[in-house]
Amino acid sequence: METLAIQKEQPAVSNKTTTISGSQAVLEAFIAEGVETIFGYPGGAIMPIYDALYDYNEKLKHILVRHEQGGIHAAQGFARASGKVGVVFATSGPGATNLVTGLADAQIDSTPLVCITGQVFAHLLGTDAFQETDVINITTPVTKWNYQITDATEIPSVMAKAFHIAQTGRPGPVLIDITKNAQLQKFEYSGYTKMEHLRSYRPKPIVRKEYIEQAAKLINAAQKPFVIWGQGVILGGAEKEFQAFIEKSGIPAAWTILGESAIPTSHPLNVGMLGMHGNYAPNVLTNDCDVLIAIGMRFDDRVTGRLDKYAKQAQIIHLDIDPAEIDKNVKVTIPVWGDCKETLPVLTELVERKNHSQWLQKFKELEQKEVEEVIFEEQNPSTEIMTMGEVIKVMNELTGGNAIIVTDVGQHQMVACRYVKFNQTRSNITSGGLGTMGFALPAAIGAKFGAPERTVITIAGDGGIQMTIQELGTIMQNEVDVKILILNNHFLGMVRQWQQLFNDKRYSFVDIASPDYVTVAKAYNIPGRSISNRADLKDALSEMLNHKGAYLLEVIVGKENNVFPMVPQGCSVSEIRLK
Amino acid sequence: MEFKNPPSGVRGMKKEFTLTVYTENQIGLLNRIAIIFSRRKINVDSLNTSPSEIESVHRFNIVITETEDVVKKLCRQIEKQVEVLKAYYNTNEEIIWQELALYKVPTNVIAEKVVVERLLRKYGARAVVIRNDYTVFETSGHREETEGLIKALEPYGLIEFVRSARVAIIKSSSGFHDKLKEFEQLQPGESVAENEYLNERDKVFTM
Ligand SMILES: Cc1ncc(C[n+]2csc(CCOP(=O)(O)OP(=O)(O)O)c2C)c(N)n1
Repeated sequence: METLAIQKEQPAVSNKTTTISGSQAVLEAFIAEGVETIFGYPGGAIMPIYDALYDYNEKLKHILVRHEQGGIHAAQGFARASGKVGVVFATSGPGATNLVTGLADAQIDSTPLVCITGQVFAHLLGTDAFQETDVINITTPVTKWNYQITDATEIPSVMAKAFHIAQTGRPGPVLIDITKNAQLQKFEYSGYTKMEHLRSYRPKPIVRKEYIEQAAKLINAAQKPFVIWGQGVILGGAEKEFQAFIEKSGIPAAWTILGESAIPTSHPLNVGMLGMHGNYAPNVLTNDCDVLIAIGMRFDDRVTGRLDKYAKQAQIIHLDIDPAEIDKNVKVTIPVWGDCKETLPVLTELVERKNHSQWLQKFKELEQKEVEEVIFEEQNPSTEIMTMGEVIKVMNELTGGNAIIVTDVGQHQMVACRYVKFNQTRSNITSGGLGTMGFALPAAIGAKFGAPERTVITIAGDGGIQMTIQELGTIMQNEVDVKILILNNHFLGMVRQWQQLFNDKRYSFVDIASPDYVTVAKAYNIPGRSISNRADLKDALSEMLNHKGAYLLEVIVGKENNVFPMVPQGCSVSEIRLK
Repeated sequence: MEFKNPPSGVRGMKKEFTLTVYTENQIGLLNRIAIIFSRRKINVDSLNTSPSEIESVHRFNIVITETEDVVKKLCRQIEKQVEVLKAYYNTNEEIIWQELALYKVPTNVIAEKVVVERLLRKYGARAVVIRNDYTVFETSGHREETEGLIKALEPYGLIEFVRSARVAIIKSSSGFHDKLKEFEQLQPGESVAENEYLNERDKVFTM
């Protein structure tokens, strides 16, 4: 094994070959691609790979999760925190089908993953063999690319293709299904060559200056330009280029929840969150701006509200790496297809230095209205029972905005995205496009492995935490230092809010009971505390943050608090309600 | 995705479009392409896969009835698939196309009925097999033509009928050889940089 890894250092393919197994070839590919951490769960059809892994213990760290869904969410958290490819192992049949939710989540949120699933022997394919499922066909709609290997000699080139596809262009999940015979098969291995080009795949479009020139012309003539940005800025590693662009052009900018943290919350041109539970000003003024500049975002319906009343007055410029996104939901005036790390500097060069102080003032005025009618009360409640907003406010004071926040899905997610302060990029990890409850706890584990030097706090509701609570076992066994903050409102809060507002308060199966979380944590050797008094909040949060190692804190919050503002489904963004 | 009910007015009329898709020859790609339609509840009228003018490159012809707006978006989704080289869409005016049809009829009927013989001549049918019990005829042409002969033969005991998918050639195409050469380069030239559709905003994937 040693010799193989050393051989890797040598340039390209030597004509010397070694006899290795398919399983070893998979692990050699990981090493060549710089993989250090694998999240996985063994089983019959992937046993040869696990057997090989036994000898690679020094070079590859394998984290045994408690459920394959936990494994893939952990890999997603890892990828989102580190910017590297997340890697997952699962066995055939149920192991592979347990990955499907995570694949769909990674596909819609453009997260680079390489998942390896074991498969039955090639000669058994199609015979309904034990633990055989048609993984390739099940996962086709939820992968950027997938492939089944039945012959070990294909492994090095297919792995190279998998890593190339997962992390270039618009990133996404790749699944490689390997039959057991191929894992066992010995073959002449002549080294690993990374893939740089595939003729049927063009991840990086050529930057066409003509379009950027037209875009700059529009921007320079605009009186009320408005930037909306998404995760593309982060995926492209273009945070600096983005900040330089808005600073030179002086244009106010608002984010989608996946784009959050690309620039600091406190940046004077950061005017807040878009969409259904976003801030008042950016939603209202979307329908007032004259030029809307969308950067690395895809006009999701949670962001746009009703499409035929979305920014109809504006000329729209769309910068995106994925040509299928251009004109998909919103017809644009000027498309700028390309990697925003390349297109933004060209655009910045061409735009005039301006400050749109009057226009920015409009954002400030509407923000003031939101503060008065929503934010102040949410963060400084007059009620006896605590609100989610005040928990976040105190947490911000203690973290200073330097933690990675991994949220689950629901009211707490929206409140966290709205109120958490961020100083650094890649700090807000959440399931955006799919809205996967159960995402947070395992994703936080992955995030900690992806950014071990940072504080990782997972914020979950009493519903979502129970969906993947088994991952406390992974935290225990691997001593993962994640802080678990449960905001318990004794309801499936977000669904309850909709039932209250739109179904006449007919609370249909949203009343969810919780176990004693502190006792549960204790059983996993994780210390914890539950509080319901405001007087304990700061102390409890400090205790959690200062504790070395994992810690669980449950905060009991108001049962029937609602998240506002809100753009009701089917309404225009400018019809956003403050109450 | 707003695939149903696109904004009225602009390209609002549904009509027949033929998609020509150049791909790698890869297992599973057919499914990847098919689910782009089924996911959006769009019916595929006809689908043909075949080799192309280039060895190793596969060619799909897909016929759907949709608005141009929808077809354009579908083409982009198809091109987005890793092993797809290029997707074009064309109206019927822009292509030459044929469908092949086979008809099995009782031989005694043809032998006896003069009308049948006249029909076969009229529709340009050729006999492929003649046996004592039945004869198989073949015609090729547009849908209306092959359809017309079924109608005409039905009263005389048409035993079996089958029609192939549409195969189509794009009138203005100069083939795929040059494009492929560009695709094989690490840095393809601007002509295949696929920003071409940005130049002609309305003719995105047409040639
Ligand atoms: C896997 C999954 N199932 C169902 C839903 C629908 N859903 C969205 S939010 C929500 C309620 C979440 O409740 P909880 O975790 O307690 O968080 P809260 O909204 O109270 O903060 C539900 C059921 C979902 N998003 N994901």
